[in-house]
Amino acid sequence: MNTSATVISISEPVPENVLQALESVCDPEIPVLTIRDLGILRGVRMKNGEVVVTITPTYSGCPAMVDIRDSIETALEDAGVEQFSIETSLSPAWTTDWMSEEGRKKLNEYGIAPPSQNNQVACPQCGSDDTRLISEFASTACKSLHQCNSCKEPFDYFKCH
Amino acid sequence: MKTVKNTDKTRFALALGDDALVMGQRLSEWVSNGPFLEEDLALTNVALDYIGRSRMFLTYAGELEGEGRGEDDLAFYRDCREFTNLLIFELPIGDFGNTMARQYLIDEFEVAYFEALCKSSDETIAAIAAKTLKECRYHLRRSREWILRLGDGTEESHQRIQAAFDEIWPYVQELFEMPEYETGLLEDGVAVDRASLKPDWDAEVGNTLREATLNVPETTHVIRGGRDGVHTEHMGFLLADMQFMQRAYPGLEW
Repeated sequence: MNTSATVISISEPVPENVLQALESVCDPEIPVLTIRDLGILRGVRMKNGEVVVTITPTYSGCPAMVDIRDSIETALEDAGVEQFSIETSLSPAWTTDWMSEEGRKKLNEYGIAPPSQNNQVACPQCGSDDTRLISEFASTACKSLHQCNSCKEPFDYFKCH
Repeated sequence: MKTVKNTDKTRFALALGDDALVMGQRLSEWVSNGPFLEEDLALTNVALDYIGRSRMFLTYAGELEGEGRGEDDLAFYRDCREFTNLLIFELPIGDFGNTMARQYLIDEFEVAYFEALCKSSDETIAAIAAKTLKECRYHLRRSREWILRLGDGTEESHQRIQAAFDEIWPYVQELFEMPEYETGLLEDGVAVDRASLKPDWDAEVGNTLREATLNVPETTHVIRGGRDGVHTEHMGFLLADMQFMQRAYPGLEW
């Protein structure tokens, strides 16, 4: 699995300050993750001197997309980037496979169980595999609600998608 | 191969957008009214998926039309007869059983439909379908569980979910019918042959209903008209609710 799904163009190098600025953009719902950790940031390239940022929505109705666009604009403007555009790409459809290893670790430390291919959901508090599903949906579309049978803590699980 | 008429493709994208918009609006009526908190969140999240889908289809329909209409213009400034959603999507939410019976029947249909539409020769439609499909699969997981639980639950839940299926059945057939423009798009590989999905749908739904100790309704009565803009009496009320703010304060933004 690729640990970073973001394609950064090398043919026409992207300035370091642009990359650093984008690296600072976090998801509004899960502020410990950057949009790059989440695989929402799909690419950065230069086109005739302009920075072109490509992002993809997690879920079709994800309300965070508007915030994410705004945050990218602010981050680039703060970094002194004047010419840029933000494109949204739908295909290929976003998948949790694009979440970086680093992102998975941070998610777990934050108290949200990271997506698991075999659907073995481990409790982010005590690490036990003995957990149960409470609801298919939780506070956002990308999560479901679980409870640990060992330490009894309820917790969110970032669904495999 | 004949060339695809742009207007046909516009109508096609618009109809798929209307289906999703109206369903999202209906489901959002459950916000803060769900039977319990977790289910309230689930209904709302599913509503959000539909609204997201409608935004993608309506935006694309607006681009194809090329008259400068965006998703909001299409959602808020068209009248009843201009909406071409299928009738099943506009039916009132009823009780939780009515809502879940509709959801389940639609989920079974949509998983198969969007699976096929992923192969559309139109790249944008195929991309929206691929995004939608992942969400529909998840919706089906939940709605199917509810049908089993309600059907094979108490006497009360069994009787009410059976009544819900009986009531909705005349509206099901329309999912498998195509207007002329859609048949035209079929030849170009843009659309999907809806009728061809019926045998598998019948089998899947039959299995679930049997497992839930429910009967597959036997009525042959069909109510149709959505794609022609001929709606049930419920549609005007839905639009009044959905469009009021934009009609009263045109261009209003959050």
